[in-house]
Amino acid sequence: MGSAGRVVLVTGVSRDLGRRFARAVAADPSVERVVGVDAVPPRGDIGDVSFVRADIRNPVIAKVIVKEDVDTVVHMSLISTPGSAGGRNTMKELNVIGTMQLLAACQKAPGLRALVVKSSTTVYGASPRDPAMFTEDMEPRRAPRAGYAKDVIEIEGYVRGFARRRPDVRVTTLRAANVIGPEVTSPLTSYFRLPVIPTVIGHDPRLQFLHEHDLLEVLRHAIAAEVAGTFNVAGDGVLMLSQAVRRLQRPAVPLPSFAVGRVGTTLRSARVADFSPEQLGLLTYGRGVDTVRMRTELGFEPTYTTAEAFADFAAPLPPTGGYADRLLSRVAQSLPEAGAPAAAVADGPEPTYARGVDRG
Amino acid sequence: MGDAEIIPIGTRGRPGRGTGKQPSSAARGLAPGARSASAKPAPRSSAGSTAGSTAGSAGTAAAKRSAQRPAHDEPQATAQVPVEHPVEPPVDRPAATTRDRAPMSGIPASDWLAAIQHGAREVFGEQWEPQLASFLAFLRRRVTGDYLVDEYGFDQEVTERFLMATLRPIAEKWFRIEVRGVENIPTEGGALVVSNHSGTIPVDGLMTLVSIHDHTGRFLRPLGADLVFRLPFVSSLARKSGATLACAEDAERMLTSGELVGVWPEGFKGIGKPYSERYKLQRFGRGGFVAAALRTGVPIIPLSVVGAEEIYPLVGNVPSLARLLGLPYLPITPFFPALGPLGLVPLPSKWLLEFGEPIRTDELDVGAADDPMLVFNVTDQVRETIQQTLYTLLMQRESVFK
Repeated sequence: MGSAGRVVLVTGVSRDLGRRFARAVAADPSVERVVGVDAVPPRGDIGDVSFVRADIRNPVIAKVIVKEDVDTVVHMSLISTPGSAGGRNTMKELNVIGTMQLLAACQKAPGLRALVVKSSTTVYGASPRDPAMFTEDMEPRRAPRAGYAKDVIEIEGYVRGFARRRPDVRVTTLRAANVIGPEVTSPLTSYFRLPVIPTVIGHDPRLQFLHEHDLLEVLRHAIAAEVAGTFNVAGDGVLMLSQAVRRLQRPAVPLPSFAVGRVGTTLRSARVADFSPEQLGLLTYGRGVDTVRMRTELGFEPTYTTAEAFADFAAPLPPTGGYADRLLSRVAQSLPEAGAPAAAVADGPEPTYARGVDRG
Repeated sequence: MGDAEIIPIGTRGRPGRGTGKQPSSAARGLAPGARSASAKPAPRSSAGSTAGSTAGSAGTAAAKRSAQRPAHDEPQATAQVPVEHPVEPPVDRPAATTRDRAPMSGIPASDWLAAIQHGAREVFGEQWEPQLASFLAFLRRRVTGDYLVDEYGFDQEVTERFLMATLRPIAEKWFRIEVRGVENIPTEGGALVVSNHSGTIPVDGLMTLVSIHDHTGRFLRPLGADLVFRLPFVSSLARKSGATLACAEDAERMLTSGELVGVWPEGFKGIGKPYSERYKLQRFGRGGFVAAALRTGVPIIPLSVVGAEEIYPLVGNVPSLARLLGLPYLPITPFFPALGPLGLVPLPSKWLLEFGEPIRTDELDVGAADDPMLVFNVTDQVRETIQQTLYTLLMQRESVFK
């Protein structure tokens, strides 16, 4: 790796996270140049990033890598929903064939030093046979047969194959938990943005979130740190779905599993929310990943915990429910007047123990 | 039908048995003195009761009684000579009145408030205001989701406040659980409680949970079959109460982090065995629990539960329907489904829980878990210990219900 600075190629810059990541990397002093690649131009400001319009599904990408003398490739153009790509077939094309082409090009690039792939914890699936926390060595208990999860598994397979064939390239696969944040649009965030949230009756899955800030940070960290391997990346702790919905202060409607799926399909065809089918598994059984290796080997510490990331996501969302809480707070407020203990009256209208009661 | 004899029904407001005849002296004695005030008053006695409004004198009471004394068919006749009766003390009670309220005028708000305050004092004691405030704070924490769960989804607050509080009376009053050998449970650090499994529905697990918590203050973290996490409602309750999937990864993870883990290695074979095979231990799985304990070096505490076998005596099974529903068995007990939901009430058998001496695993070699023969030996040792203790406890038990 040249000391003059690195040349980083980022795929998937047309989407918000990719664009912001490319800009963030360009601001890094150790990086000389950032090349953003996508089939469509980015919609926002890309700053110092030089954009190359190239579809990673065709061999043009190999020429870009060689011509720009790229030494680090960050692959983050994995599409999780068919809605944004224009159909499941296109999505699969973009994900799987795109990755194959990109890896084929990388294999031919002699100057390549590092490959960072943004994967997802979806590879572990979601089933009642799942262990509480997946470590990186565990296989999914029930292999996903379709959709994004299957794409991710295939992509990771190709990445492993590439790592075998090019042992000189440092390959880092980051399995990110569900990315969440005020500006993220993903199946899960559009689910939580629904005014009334359908849940699977009788199930309360555990969820883990990764804040968008932490996703960008860990990708940058992976470029800089000389660590190869596969790492789970998630905020600390878990949130139950019921807990998350209550924190949003939105009403939840428990429905049978098939009805939730039906609602999701309807919403998708109505283009209200991008609800992916494999999300139903997550919303039924939940998933947890172990992040010990992220700390010990990768040396990355997320800024936001799962709960904090969710709170940051929930902050701009107006509550559509929360009547019970308001009622309780009113009762709690009116409580001191009922009995009027001397201390509370002396302190004034504000009740003395409302501090513990009032949360925000 | 004109000459049909008319037999009066009822007493027409008089004390007696409705024969229309004079009441017996015993019946008269039962009639309270104040009764006359509320009953249809004779003109004389009504004057008396309005004059001495609250406490009618003994004389008026006696007079009223005599006025009330009925004749054969003439209720107002006073000709009958009263049987002499000891004069009863005056009853200090105002005359009952009825006041018509407007149909929509409910209970006044002040009465509501007083009732609520009284209720709050009853429930929370004299310090009811801070108590109620903290309870409200708890409720608000729940509705706003402002509580913590651990990585397995264990919700300590709801487990302590609701699950344990619900199970405790069942454990203490219904099954009268007697716990022995609590000192064998380490006060801290990881340990593996291995128990026999019985009772058609895993009530024994729940009872072990609450018994261990009440005697040691520790939370038992049960390991459950994947069916538990597949079934709706059961799965969310299981995660909230601290359970996780019975697999090597979770068991080792929990034991390493110093939890008290409970395992029922017989699984469905134990819980769904017919009543005729009660207290005969089934195969102890594949010894996975022993391997987990060996790898983490925690002690194995054998637990023998007597009494759970009798709560739902399993006398039959509908395998075809069970297969259809994806269940391991569909139980038939003497009361279920014959009595419907009533058949779900467990029989009140007397329970004995005995924790045996811990079997240490930290003295064995590091590679012990990879030695199948050793694992099988330890498994058999645990199984034998539990079986022997079961026999001993059965000998000590007077009867199933005592």
